[in-house]
Amino acid sequence: MKDLQAYITAYSSITKHSAGKNGNLVFRRTENSSTGDFFISLYKYLSSDYPKFYKMDNLSKLGFLAAELLLSDRKLSENYSPEETGIVFSNANASLDADMHYMASVKNIPSPALFVYTLPNIVIGEISIRHGFKGENAFFVSEKFEEAFIHFYVSDLFKRSAIKSCICGWVECFQDNFEAVLWLVEKQLRQGSLPFTIDQIHKSYLLSNGEING
Amino acid sequence: MADLKKQIIAQLNLKDLKPEDIGDDQPLFVEGLGLDSIDALELIVLLQQEYKIKLANAEEGQSVFRSVRTMAQYITDHQGKAAE
Repeated sequence: MKDLQAYITAYSSITKHSAGKNGNLVFRRTENSSTGDFFISLYKYLSSDYPKFYKMDNLSKLGFLAAELLLSDRKLSENYSPEETGIVFSNANASLDADMHYMASVKNIPSPALFVYTLPNIVIGEISIRHGFKGENAFFVSEKFEEAFIHFYVSDLFKRSAIKSCICGWVECFQDNFEAVLWLVEKQLRQGSLPFTIDQIHKSYLLSNGEING
Repeated sequence: MADLKKQIIAQLNLKDLKPEDIGDDQPLFVEGLGLDSIDALELIVLLQQEYKIKLANAEEGQSVFRSVRTMAQYITDHQGKAAE
């Protein structure tokens, strides 16, 4: 496949101890806080006025917050129509975290609000509703983050002119283990952009997992 | 009605709201609290779990869940029957 140049114009991450953007620390988790409390404190820190956040399962909360960080200084609707922004995510445990909560509720009266999160791609829906995206989307499940596959899939969407911008990455959450790293990829070169290559995805992924500059 | 408001907040995860923020006659859906169809299902679960009341007819939902007051009235009217 002939390479079509695209650019990483921003990336964000949420790991066990912190949240960051473009390799810089944005928010540090309070010691001994629960996963739920960490997500809520980050939500409040980001001043995201979106009450539906509280109803989301942890996978959706994680993806939602990573997207809020990623787009904190961008309004993609100023540059692209709703159909021109796609979302491509992957993780290892799909919606297992929500599935188990739902299973627990089935013993009593099954919860409709838990049931709606028993698919991994619901997180894509939540982000799409929040930002008004209507472009191509997909959610893949793999044992570990596959930079080369994400690069291939997103590049192919660009090559086929299906989209002009894409939020892609890894959004993994199972019980108290979670990790999200998202990239905003665009055809248009912007200040501070990195080339969208497997190597750059790999480097920024490692940087994000190195707890973001300490 | 204060207890019912607390139960609604807990069941629907409305963490930004306090019971006193919900008016007795405030519409629960759309222009009021902004609840959606999944919330409606959760309110049905709440009636079943907390008051052992099964909504006999899904079409009743629209009038039963109009406000906290209509919900409370429905519970009062049906609690005796549920216990029978």
